[in-house]
Amino acid sequence: MTIAAWWEGFAPYVPGFLSASWLVFVISVLAIVVSWICGLVAALAKSSRFAAFRQASAFYIWFIRGTPTLIQIFIVYFGLPQLGLRMSPFVAGVLALGFNGGAYIAEIVRAGLSAIPKGQMESSAALGMSRFQIMSRIILPQVFRIILPPVTNEAITMLKNTSLLSTITVVELTLYSQTIIATTFRPFEFYIATAVIYLVMTTVLSQFAMRLERHYGRYA
Amino acid sequence: MDAAPLISIRDLRKSFGAHEVLKGISVDVRAGEVVSVIGASGSGKSTFLRCINVLEMPNAGTMAFGDVTFDFEEGARRRPTARQLRELRTRIGMVFQSYNLWPHMTVLENVIEAPIRVKRQPRAAAIANAEALLARIGLAEKRHAYPSHLSGGQQQRVAIVRALAMQPKLMLFDEVTSALDPELVGEVLSLMAALAAEGMTMLVVTHEIGFAREVSTRTIFFDEGVVAEDGPPREVLRDPRSDRLRQFLKRVLHEHVAEDVAPVPLRTAGEA
Repeated sequence: MTIAAWWEGFAPYVPGFLSASWLVFVISVLAIVVSWICGLVAALAKSSRFAAFRQASAFYIWFIRGTPTLIQIFIVYFGLPQLGLRMSPFVAGVLALGFNGGAYIAEIVRAGLSAIPKGQMESSAALGMSRFQIMSRIILPQVFRIILPPVTNEAITMLKNTSLLSTITVVELTLYSQTIIATTFRPFEFYIATAVIYLVMTTVLSQFAMRLERHYGRYA
Repeated sequence: MDAAPLISIRDLRKSFGAHEVLKGISVDVRAGEVVSVIGASGSGKSTFLRCINVLEMPNAGTMAFGDVTFDFEEGARRRPTARQLRELRTRIGMVFQSYNLWPHMTVLENVIEAPIRVKRQPRAAAIANAEALLARIGLAEKRHAYPSHLSGGQQQRVAIVRALAMQPKLMLFDEVTSALDPELVGEVLSLMAALAAEGMTMLVVTHEIGFAREVSTRTIFFDEGVVAEDGPPREVLRDPRSDRLRQFLKRVLHEHVAEDVAPVPLRTAGEA
């Protein structure tokens, strides 16, 4: 088969691939936002003075990390309607992936905070800085630099996990290529093409993170 | 020198759990005094220093500083609020054993951060003041360097300047030379001696008996959570009243003598 013939078979699906990729991007961004909200709340709760918050946070992290992501997605999309909580596949997908990522973000943030020596907090307080000033000016910028690599990994995992949403009828990249393959019977080309698109997106993401890391690593 | 004390501490107590570290400390410090605080580790001297700017909240006792008086008793009406503590800390500088500079900021940024954010100084004024201070300690050309590119002695001197930039009335030094390589101790001690000569009021927790003797105007000996001796360094150090202090000095001075003597070759018999 010539390249021209191959492209002829592929070209009609380019717009579909583009819109499916766009959906992957949108779902990833929204799920990452949800995961940061869940993660920060869980990290705060885990260092709370109240035992109930600490236990709730520990249970959340334990449950998420100990069960398959796919089952979590099924619980949100197929399970919750039974309790009267019905959502579109898109919303269910974003929430399920967000809850899932939140548990990992919580652990990353907690580890980052505990990596900052106590003396940083003390020397700031000794100069009369407020709690807010200490967090925003001294602690968090240092935490951010430490957690940038694991947070990048988390974002890449999130992007790849969107493919799981093909099981709940979200027509993202994976489900889109499956539907094409069902009519073209050309799984090799189309799955390779799909893989390449994921690869491009994750590579752009890690390049961006590497640049950030270099920027924030200048004082080391 | 009969003016009212700059800071007046009465019956200060501090426990960690069941362990009482400070068992009723009463100390007055007048402006211009340089007080060296000595004692074995665990005697409470560092905790005492950290109670003065309330990095540790005392369990009982009072402290008068300038126009405010705090009562640390649980539930006391004059227990310090968060806002009062911040205000207090702008007037008391503290330098730590491990420098604690902020690694993500340059030397200059370290020095101007609190004057700008806490004292609301205009940026230009804060920079001018910081650069003057850095020039004084010979680190002007390092102002755009990050702390990790400085030696321990340089970092500690920047930490002192960072505290001075707030124009404090009182400076607390918590074993500031203990983490330094021996050859870097001198530059930090001489900066502290220069500050003392300028009339800065200082409380210095230290193992440097030489500094206590030569620079400080008063020495306090802590022993198991109480002030065991308090007086002019020459009297306290030369002529200790208690056995505990005598033993402590013997131990500390012995270590120093051992360090100083080590590189000197042994003399052969019959010489001298």
